[in-house]
Amino acid sequence: MAIATPPRPARLGRLERPALTGVLVREIVNYSSYWRASTFSSTVEPTIYLLAFGFGFGSLVSEIAGYEYVEFVGTGTVATAVLFSSAFPAMFGTFVKYQFQRTYDAVLAAPVDTEELVTAEALWMAIRAGVYGCVPLVVAVFFGLDPAWGMLTVPGIAFVAGFGWACFGISVAGFASSFENFNYVVSAVLTPLFLVAGTFFPLSELPEWAQIAGELNPLHHCVELVRHAAFGWDGWTDLVRLGALVLFGLVMWRIAIYAMTRKLVD
Amino acid sequence: MSADLAIRLRGVVKRYGSITAVDGLDLEVPVGTCVGLLGPNGAGKSTTMRLLTAQAIADEGDLEVLGYRLPEESKQARAQLGVTPQLDNLDTTLTVEQNLLVFTHLYRIGRADRRAAIARALAMANLVGRRESRVDKLSGGMRRRLLIARALVHRPRLVLLDEPTVGLDPQVRQELWALIDALRAEGTTILMSTHYIEEAQRLADTVLIMSHGSAVAAGPPAQLVAEHAGREAVEVYGPPPRLAEVETAARTAGLRTRRTGTSVSVLGVEGADGRAPEGERRPANLEDVFVLLTGEEIA
Repeated sequence: MAIATPPRPARLGRLERPALTGVLVREIVNYSSYWRASTFSSTVEPTIYLLAFGFGFGSLVSEIAGYEYVEFVGTGTVATAVLFSSAFPAMFGTFVKYQFQRTYDAVLAAPVDTEELVTAEALWMAIRAGVYGCVPLVVAVFFGLDPAWGMLTVPGIAFVAGFGWACFGISVAGFASSFENFNYVVSAVLTPLFLVAGTFFPLSELPEWAQIAGELNPLHHCVELVRHAAFGWDGWTDLVRLGALVLFGLVMWRIAIYAMTRKLVD
Repeated sequence: MSADLAIRLRGVVKRYGSITAVDGLDLEVPVGTCVGLLGPNGAGKSTTMRLLTAQAIADEGDLEVLGYRLPEESKQARAQLGVTPQLDNLDTTLTVEQNLLVFTHLYRIGRADRRAAIARALAMANLVGRRESRVDKLSGGMRRRLLIARALVHRPRLVLLDEPTVGLDPQVRQELWALIDALRAEGTTILMSTHYIEEAQRLADTVLIMSHGSAVAAGPPAQLVAEHAGREAVEVYGPPPRLAEVETAARTAGLRTRRTGTSVSVLGVEGADGRAPEGERRPANLEDVFVLLTGEEIA
């Protein structure tokens, strides 16, 4: 018997736009059903941090590293908002879609490859991080932070950082065999990185080894970039920080694709 | 075109560690036919389905779907393939229409054709009145129909149905059979896995019986029955010792038997006057073949 020979369309390549769009549309349509809850938590959470630290701590220290404490925390919590709207949804969302909703089985049965699936989902979370990341800044402006033109770059910084953290979260979900494993990552990785990022206190007060370690923390680069966006750029240093965030994003992106391919294709 | 194949598998092997889920499987699905993959749980049906969408990669063998070689050209094949999974994976907080809309994008239907594609899928699955309903408000049968409709939005040339009616009550099952039959009448090629014998017998032009990862028999249902189970069977009821007795007697007389739980069926009794025990005569069926070929023990 002969094999049916269909009219051959052009060979389908990698990272095709229609495939990325398809996955993004799925995310956007789903988002329309839960945006309230997600916007609520992404807005209220950093606001609470800002209020608690800004006023709680701010009553003890009025100035830190040359900034008013509210300004210091207001710019710092942008990174917190980015982390909370990328790494966490990526970890939990990816795992739920894989394990319980079995969404990926449906998506991968369509002309979408794992690489495209991971890329589109990370892009979507990066976009959300870019938007939600601005919330603390807006709140801080209400509490006395002076608006600056440089702040217009914050969505971009939050997007780049958010992409890296989303890919980090997807990787964790890809390697984890159960929900419980997330505890290790949250306690041993995310919490320390979150605290030693220069969000609530400057790294310059820490011992030297911790300062050096801090420079390896992508969240710290995000904090510094946002602060400089609000208070004035630091030339080459900021470019290097941006480069570090881009590199973090690229490396995590490839790791996420590797982890998910291992999980989804057997 | 009748000689063309939509699916051709040759000597396909898929191992998971020390378990060989698919073990040298040959499978042919001619264009325009409905082929049923019949086998007990664990026979390798679902793994076969995953291999066809390249969600599992074969260790050995050749796989071709719609003329594309897998796994290299799987994406092209998937563009013309519709898949209904065994486990419901609809987006439950979305409406029926939104679920279909998402898949018109995933299957790359142009903007101009999306509305018509959704309308057609809704009509086919008899869900027109449910367009705006959220999926978690639908009954089990409606969800299954939507799952099938979702696989049809892009008018696929080939449809894979993995256990399309598993866990559904008889009324709903019949509803789905009607839907699958309509699809068949349109000329869509179908590969359907099932462990319901009646389903295979009603819907499939050809049945392939799988056991332990490979094909143990293939052919039209009627031919398989005639070949392996003969024309008539006698069913004998009684207490277990009596059943064992009947079995021994029949085997000594050169007849094949199979257990049906509460009875013993003695097969191929049409030419065995005198040698056949007393009991209820009935036509042989596909279930006889299935049990004969895949064994009575549950693995």
